[in-house]
Amino acid sequence: MKGEAMHGQIQVGAIDYSIMVIYIAFVLGIGFVLKRYMKSSKDFLESGRSIPAWITGLAFISTNLGALEVMGMGASGAKYGIATCHFYWVGAIPAMVFLGVFMMPFFYGSKARSVPEYLKLRFNEKTRGFNAFSFAIMTIFASGISMYAMATLMQILLGWDFNFSIVMSAIIVLAYTFLGGLTSAIYNEVLQFFLIVAGFVPLVFLGLKDAGGWGGVQNRLHAVATAQGFAPDAWSRSWTYMGSAGANPMGVEWFGLVFGLGFVLSFGYWCTNFLVVQRAFAANSMSAARRTPLIGAIPKMFMPILVILPGMIAVALTYQSGVSGFTLKGADGVINYNNTIPLMLGHYLPSGVLGLGLTALMASFMSGMAGNVTAFNTVWTYDIYQSYIRPGQSDKHYLRVGQIATIFGTVLSMGAAYVAASFNNIMDFLQLIFAFVNAPLFATFLLGMFWKKASGNAAFVGLLSGTIGAAVHHGLTIPGASAPLIKGGWLGVVHHYPSEMAQNFWTASFAFSICFVVTVLISLVSKANKTDEELKGLVSSLTPRIKETNVPWYLQPATLGIIVCAGAVVLNLFFW
Amino acid sequence: MQMDIRLPIGLLFSILGVVITVFGFATKGAEIYKHSLNININIYTGICLLIFGAFMLVMAMRAHTKNKASAAK
Repeated sequence: MKGEAMHGQIQVGAIDYSIMVIYIAFVLGIGFVLKRYMKSSKDFLESGRSIPAWITGLAFISTNLGALEVMGMGASGAKYGIATCHFYWVGAIPAMVFLGVFMMPFFYGSKARSVPEYLKLRFNEKTRGFNAFSFAIMTIFASGISMYAMATLMQILLGWDFNFSIVMSAIIVLAYTFLGGLTSAIYNEVLQFFLIVAGFVPLVFLGLKDAGGWGGVQNRLHAVATAQGFAPDAWSRSWTYMGSAGANPMGVEWFGLVFGLGFVLSFGYWCTNFLVVQRAFAANSMSAARRTPLIGAIPKMFMPILVILPGMIAVALTYQSGVSGFTLKGADGVINYNNTIPLMLGHYLPSGVLGLGLTALMASFMSGMAGNVTAFNTVWTYDIYQSYIRPGQSDKHYLRVGQIATIFGTVLSMGAAYVAASFNNIMDFLQLIFAFVNAPLFATFLLGMFWKKASGNAAFVGLLSGTIGAAVHHGLTIPGASAPLIKGGWLGVVHHYPSEMAQNFWTASFAFSICFVVTVLISLVSKANKTDEELKGLVSSLTPRIKETNVPWYLQPATLGIIVCAGAVVLNLFFW
Repeated sequence: MQMDIRLPIGLLFSILGVVITVFGFATKGAEIYKHSLNININIYTGICLLIFGAFMLVMAMRAHTKNKASAAK
């Protein structure tokens, strides 16, 4: 974002600042009230496993709905149109249902306190260590990037000093996570969810009105599509043009989309990333834990209305202007996709509601950071400190370590934010490496949970070869006409992909397949390292099926899962 | 049992609702609504926030009295 053309700052009044201040006061207040419940490391790092399902469900999707996603989805909505919804209807819903219905019994039932800990119980120490360290480093950088993005945005929009934004957001996040731990983070995620809805509904309403309703948006999108050389309805049809990569603005074809995004990337993220899975771990019962992703999936399905539709409206009005003269073009006549959402906020919202919209954006930046900090805490305390540094201490000791981890996690994030500010490429490079580490992970979990012969060594070697496979694939391919190095091709180019997205989907697919095959082969030739007794509760075939007799039929995971899937199918068909 | 989250949500949205509604009425017909297609979006949004906040507060109260009743038994 740095160095981009400025569109001029938004006119912000005293009323808007008052709304921000009221919100910040509430955030801190929640932290102070929760402080007296934080008596053990379990309270602090796992919320004492005491939160009802509707709260963990909303937190589950809010953690992912950081401001970077909000801004990114808005930008993609403008760039690619309705096909961006695939990130929700294909790239999230099926994985969330799978997590709730099939995987959660083993996650929650294993009593593991974190995802890496599950890997230790199921496989071995090595596999856990690999996952714990890569995850800990990743969360710090994710939180740092969030901080950097917020400071940059506040600088552009409101003219705030970069350092001031960094320090202010760090202090607020540190205060409420230090006081109330995971519970505080989860409560603020729920608050953020409602703020996003409250701030973005007026925006979408006004944008739609300006463009003459959904019909008007669709008509204008025809102009957008034809001007860029695509079929007229390429921006308003999600599947029609997925037959070949050249026919749709995303530059991906259906197989890469379904397998790469819908299966590997999405299941890898939603089912194994501790950042989101931790929300379900905090639920007050097995049944609530299973319902967490399923309840989250319901608002998730409709999120595109709030985050993708504004981008589509924005680009539609840029090509064929509406009553108010909104445009994404800067003074230089170049379309600035990245700032779609802030530009719309500044254009449509008057003082008052504007404060609400800005507060929603700020809230999602901060809860993005808090989510990472609380996940880092837990993995640091249980999977690194308690396992490798000082095992066998009292719980009070680990509570203290968890609290201190909050402080240095936040301080490290600030460092990461400055790294991002000074070396943009280093950040891209790190994100790439983490993509390599994450891509094969779902294969390990799938085999671990549903095939009892998968052994510890096989899992570790499988993960490593998947990661290396991802790196090699990236090194041998390149999207479009990019220069080799960070975009790929650093080992020599053997294949050109039509777009970066297509390359990502295929990198993930290769990593998954390699990890899967290697793990299976080694498991077949090696001996299992855990007895059936040890694997009870961790592997499907050795765990008795849970019957939830105390829950009415319509709240059963299977019922909810079917309803959610049916909803996603209807949405896909409707916008086919 | 920890703090009921509906309480802070209800309070925050009620307060924001009142602030934004009052501001909306105070700025009726003002220049700032050129932004929002001459619609006083503050009044509508404010009232919706207030309704949502009040609903959350009522739910929190109900749960609170129910808990008290079951604790007394």
